[in-house]
Amino acid sequence: MNVIEVNALEKIYNDSEVKVYALNGVDLSIEAGEFTAIVGPSGSGKTTLLNLLGGLDQPTSGQISIGGTDISKLSSSQLIDFRLRNIGFVFQAYNLIPVLTAKENVEFIMHLQNRPKEERLTRTMSLLKAVGLEGRENSRPNKLSGGQQQRVAVARALASKPKFVLADEPTANLDSKATENLLEIMEELNRNENITFIFSTHDQRVVNKARRVITLEDGKIISDVRK
Amino acid sequence: MITSIAWKNIWRNRMRSVIIITAITIGMFAGVFTSTFYKGWINQRLEAGVETEVSHIQIHHPDFSENFELKNFIPDGAITSDEIARMDFVNGVSPRMVVQAMVASSETGTGIKILGINPEKEKTVTNLYSKVPEGKYFEGVKRNPILIGEKLAKKLKVKLHSKLVITLQDSQGHLTSEAFRICGIYKVGNGMFEEMNVFVMKSDLARFVQLDESISHEIVVHLKEHGQLTPNSEMLSGKYKNQLVQSWKQMAPELGLLNEYGSIYIYFFIIIILLSLGFGIVNTMLMAVMERVKEIGMLMAIGMSKFRVFWMLMLETVLLTLTGGFFGILLGIGVTFATMKSGINLSFYAEGLEDMGYSSLVFPVVELEMVCVIVLLVLMTGLIASVYPARKALKYKPAEAIRIDM
Repeated sequence: MNVIEVNALEKIYNDSEVKVYALNGVDLSIEAGEFTAIVGPSGSGKTTLLNLLGGLDQPTSGQISIGGTDISKLSSSQLIDFRLRNIGFVFQAYNLIPVLTAKENVEFIMHLQNRPKEERLTRTMSLLKAVGLEGRENSRPNKLSGGQQQRVAVARALASKPKFVLADEPTANLDSKATENLLEIMEELNRNENITFIFSTHDQRVVNKARRVITLEDGKIISDVRK
Repeated sequence: MITSIAWKNIWRNRMRSVIIITAITIGMFAGVFTSTFYKGWINQRLEAGVETEVSHIQIHHPDFSENFELKNFIPDGAITSDEIARMDFVNGVSPRMVVQAMVASSETGTGIKILGINPEKEKTVTNLYSKVPEGKYFEGVKRNPILIGEKLAKKLKVKLHSKLVITLQDSQGHLTSEAFRICGIYKVGNGMFEEMNVFVMKSDLARFVQLDESISHEIVVHLKEHGQLTPNSEMLSGKYKNQLVQSWKQMAPELGLLNEYGSIYIYFFIIIILLSLGFGIVNTMLMAVMERVKEIGMLMAIGMSKFRVFWMLMLETVLLTLTGGFFGILLGIGVTFATMKSGINLSFYAEGLEDMGYSSLVFPVVELEMVCVIVLLVLMTGLIASVYPARKALKYKPAEAIRIDM
């Protein structure tokens, strides 16, 4: 079953009367349980594609269907709610809420979803355990290493029970040990719980782990390899 | 959870928040204490004006107040006075004889108004009897006792039991003089009143001006319920159509003005303080929000609605404002309570103040209604101050905000 269906996707930036094609006719489908890396040089359109898949930006033309909903037709407030219920985000700079503990950061998104407190707490604890942060639940982000913070971000992304997780260069700020550790955790979650991960990355280690590698150049998919 | 995040956000930049909270605390302390002080002052002035000087209602012959002529007395004054005394809303009645005269001591002389009273009846309409620190209220002097104000005593350079000579034109038109002896010196904190008004026994004055003791120029009425001032005054006015019936608000309009607009001045003052604090709050929140654009972008990216982000930032501003407001108001009330028993002595300025009728010893008062309104005003300041920074934060698209390098 396809989680994401993208047809003839275009994103054009009008920069002082010169049209810049950030994405130029992208067709793509991603199935549930895939572990996909999107690669390509800077300016190839990776970030634009990720923003569009994540509902953070609107395409100029084309369709993006997520779980059967065409998100290119949603208003900005509908999109916020859609993101909350369907998409998990992991950012390059972790972007945790600094005043909250690891536990509260994970719980927060379920609070936004108005889930009952009991469920929030059980799920938070099991997710933190899954990312190997048992015993660090009450630490604030500034007391955690980069790798640990990114694992909290992964737990947060999963907390909302999303259809897929978008990770924008998740390992860019991590050393090799933390990268390996994070990738192992995500791979495990993917394998055991069938969670769909989509990365944009420059990192060869991530590319090596990915089971599908989509390469972009000048706003077009130039290769799509399944391992 | 959002409230707890908002509260924690306030303490991210501890120094900045402490500075603005301190500013709000000082501003609100100044506002609250000035208000309780001013309110106390107004209340004292009102209390002195109404309970000591004017009482609630006065009745005169319509022409009397123009030139204080002896012949302009209230016809059937004694009957009228007894009639009013029997009315069920009346607490007390004092019929007075009023004459303008010259008073002279061995040193100097001045013009005054003599009020001939029955000391016991007078006790039911004013509290003058309780404001006699020197001597006694019509006791201790057998013949022609006179009660004069402290300010007049100073002016005439006389003391308790000194002799004064009063000269006036009697009802027959003859200039006549008589000696009186000071039985007491009253002090009401209103220099003008103290300097102008002396009190003697009505029987002494009647004999002096050759009028019957039953004649009155002024009937002073004290009501059981001050709240019924206007209806009771209108009722008397309707009943005694040929006389001039006036409530204290009509007789002393400046007191009525103080009563009605005193609170408005206070609120106006506090609004000005809050307005200037509001700009400081906006500035602080703007800094706090602008350095968090990336985080706010992230919150919207993961699915926090604009309304919730707005709500969080508004709560932050309101909590910041209320914290400062809380300490300021508490401090203001605390200092008020600490000084409300002993009073605050302004004797350095006292002479000028007392000349205008204001006491130099001020007892601040806390009024619940005033505190509630101030709390509401603080809350409103927080709400209004939150709008601009919050709107500014929501202007960014999440995709752009996340990638801003801070």
